[in-house]
Amino acid sequence: MAERERALAPPNGGVFVARAEVLSADGLRRAVTRIAHEIVERNHGVAGVALVGLQTGGVPLARRLAAELERIEGQPVPLGSLDATFYRDDIGLRPLVPEAVTDIGFPLDGLTVVLVDDVLFTGRTVRAALNALNDYGRATAVQLAVMVDRGHRELPIRPDYVGKNLPTRRDEMVDVGEAGVSIGSVVSR
Amino acid sequence: MSPPGALVIRGGTVIDATGRREADVLVVDGRVAAVGSGLEAPAGAVALDAAGCLVAPGLVDLHAHLREPGFEESETVETGSRAAALGGYTAVVAMPNTEPPIDTAAVVRHVLGLAAGALCQVAVAGAITVGRAGRQLAPMGEMADAGVRLFTDDGSGVQDTALMRRAMEYSTALGVTLAQHCEDAALAAGASMHEGEWSSRLGVPGAPAEAEELMVARDLALARLTGARLHLLHLSTAGSAELVARAKATRSVAVTAEVAPHHLVLTDAEVASYDAVFKVNPPLRSAADVAALRAAVAGGVLDAIATDHAPHPQEAKELPFDQAPPGMLGLETALAVCLTELDLPVERVLALLSWQPAAIAGLDDQGGPVAPGSVANLCVVDPAATWVVDAAASASRSRNTPWAGRKLTGRVRHTVFQGEPLIVDGEARR
Amino acid sequence: MTTAPTHLLSVADLGAEGIDAVLKVTDNFVEVSARAIPKVPALRGRTVVSLFYEDSTRTRLSFETAARRLSADVMNFSVASSSVKKGECLRDTVETIDAMGVDALVVRHGSAGVPRQVAGWVGASVVNAGDGAHEHPTQALLDCYTIRQRRGSLEGLRIAIVGDVKHSRVARSGVLAFSALGAEVTLVAPPTLLPPSLAGWPATVSHDLDGVLAKADVVYLLRMQSERMTEALLPSLREYTAAYGLTRRRAALLPDDALVMHPGPLNRGVEIAAEVADLPGSVITAQVANGVAVRMAVLYLLLGGPG
Repeated sequence: MAERERALAPPNGGVFVARAEVLSADGLRRAVTRIAHEIVERNHGVAGVALVGLQTGGVPLARRLAAELERIEGQPVPLGSLDATFYRDDIGLRPLVPEAVTDIGFPLDGLTVVLVDDVLFTGRTVRAALNALNDYGRATAVQLAVMVDRGHRELPIRPDYVGKNLPTRRDEMVDVGEAGVSIGSVVSR
Repeated sequence: MSPPGALVIRGGTVIDATGRREADVLVVDGRVAAVGSGLEAPAGAVALDAAGCLVAPGLVDLHAHLREPGFEESETVETGSRAAALGGYTAVVAMPNTEPPIDTAAVVRHVLGLAAGALCQVAVAGAITVGRAGRQLAPMGEMADAGVRLFTDDGSGVQDTALMRRAMEYSTALGVTLAQHCEDAALAAGASMHEGEWSSRLGVPGAPAEAEELMVARDLALARLTGARLHLLHLSTAGSAELVARAKATRSVAVTAEVAPHHLVLTDAEVASYDAVFKVNPPLRSAADVAALRAAVAGGVLDAIATDHAPHPQEAKELPFDQAPPGMLGLETALAVCLTELDLPVERVLALLSWQPAAIAGLDDQGGPVAPGSVANLCVVDPAATWVVDAAASASRSRNTPWAGRKLTGRVRHTVFQGEPLIVDGEARR
Repeated sequence: MTTAPTHLLSVADLGAEGIDAVLKVTDNFVEVSARAIPKVPALRGRTVVSLFYEDSTRTRLSFETAARRLSADVMNFSVASSSVKKGECLRDTVETIDAMGVDALVVRHGSAGVPRQVAGWVGASVVNAGDGAHEHPTQALLDCYTIRQRRGSLEGLRIAIVGDVKHSRVARSGVLAFSALGAEVTLVAPPTLLPPSLAGWPATVSHDLDGVLAKADVVYLLRMQSERMTEALLPSLREYTAAYGLTRRRAALLPDDALVMHPGPLNRGVEIAAEVADLPGSVITAQVANGVAVRMAVLYLLLGGPG
């Protein structure tokens, strides 16, 4: 689960307690492989494709996808990470502090950028990321890959690649980690 | 003004230099007529209730800036006297740093004229030098003839040592007292506060204690040399108190000294807020200085507590700290601050605020024992009343009190000036 | 911090935690500033006003650039541009500006304490951009950031602040900030240029610059102003440079990885030899470069919450 979600969710600064496993570690691995193949298929190869992981949950996922793409196609794919905090519209009682420094070491012009995030929820993070990307250059196209789409969209944002569709209640939380994906709730410390 | 009628003050405890006793006080035609229990009052006499209160000689302030002539936006003789009366004062010595300064008999008479309708007696201090410029002796003789008993260039000290010596010598023939604002201008140049830990931390230029002490030492030596009567204004440092103690012990100098309430309570730590209400000259000093001054007051080294009441308009006090004029209000709060903060018996506090300063100022009708025949200048004080100082409610034209919001214990209930009850139940009658 | 700070008047307002928070988010703004479009919409719709009673083009531009890169609107009142008349009451000026609905006032004034006074009169956030000899918090923050860039952390570093400490707001803020982050601070100056009392200051004093330099990790030079000559604080600039200037000879005494810093503008030939300013250990230009990012961090942390 995105740290930022956890930090913002009431009760503030709580601990995630899993209720049920949604995807095992193996299931996660297979989903990554499938998504990688879908990216290749959709873009007719990986030439002109770059991956940008959204901080923080999307970064390890983007790294795994990049490794898988390189394994499949035999050539490295440019990989960057993006912190879109400064572009968010859901500011709380205090200014949101970025979790990491954005690192996009390549120009975006002429590239198809695949944004990678762990969980797609309201869509606001992705909107902020699209705005941020705009200030780095003009990508030819932007596609969106997420491991879990949990519904409850508040903006017209849709993913191009999905690991698993998971209906959830608003107050539930979804956590994507190395050991798999689980659903649960946040309890105060 | 018609002579006041009869007045009886009932149920209080009379305190003066002779002691304390529970008694009523009867005032007729401006003088105390009788002091005792169960006094019979003539028909039509005004009765003032003094149950639980102290009935004392009215307070005498040796040091107040009434700002008139020249700075009427800050205060006038009338508004200053009103603040004084509300604070229990029946006499105030007005400082000469007006515009024009009080350095001739003509200006003395002008100010005395303004004082005719005042709510307390206003004695006038004359300047030592012409224009208070520190270069040439002012006509002290003609001012003495007009009634001046105390001379000072207050606002500044007389820097020229030779000139101060001549002034002292000259004064001995007039039977007057020279009062000094002890501040070495060169050492204190550019300063806005006390030089010490706080000024270093706050980045504000300060004046060291020595800026005052050097002139205290100088004037004590000159007073011994010339035989003049010296009064030291608003002492603010431990070193100054020590110098006075040693001089008094030698019995070779006729010196008296005063201290202001704020120097007995507040320290330079107050300046951390950069609120210019706390800017005053001499500045608020260290905790050690405050402690030493309190001990000097308790030990009798310091003879009087004087307010150095210094009104300034709000805009002036809202200037950046280093640009704001120095000075604090004091007349309405002095007694209450002393009763609340000083660990002294009330007799001592009254001595320091009433009969001792009356003697230094040479005011025969003030501070004297509450006895038949004496002029009725009295204050009635409720020592247990608690109140919170409200700057907006001050009778002064200005608002610059450092005690704003402070809870004090002890309040003036009535003030009687020359037999007339001018303050009754905390309200001015005119 | 449970609530966002409202003002930045003194480094003491921040504490070690607050300083860390500023430095951490500064990394992000350094990255933003390096982009082709060095702008984020974080403070869109906010207004930042600079109110400079003391002329300082560099600091004022640094703050304005920082505000613009955060997409804030900027207004500028400076004495030099005569929209602030001398003699017009400070409170009136400030309340007029505040009434226009501004979010932050960046205040520089020649008198200590003015930003604190202003903070009591307005609803906007007040940033102290230098008040008399009192403090210059953002300078200390950018200095801390610059040191961290080169040395990773200030913990245990020996920092020598050399020069007119008595009149220096940079020194006062610097002592507070460096010591809060764990550095050992030594003040090196002639006695007349030290504050009258150093009680409670987290720093030691030395009059032996050569000895201090041999062990210093950072040498922080303060400007030597010519006005000090007229106040009889020093016999001459020449004597100052001989005893306290970072001459070429002295620069050679420094350890290899020591940093040389200066808040600017330089008095070449007085506190620093002309050629020393351009040596590899000098991070003076980095200080200036980091200034914008640090000020972006400060404005963001003060104003980034709800309007």
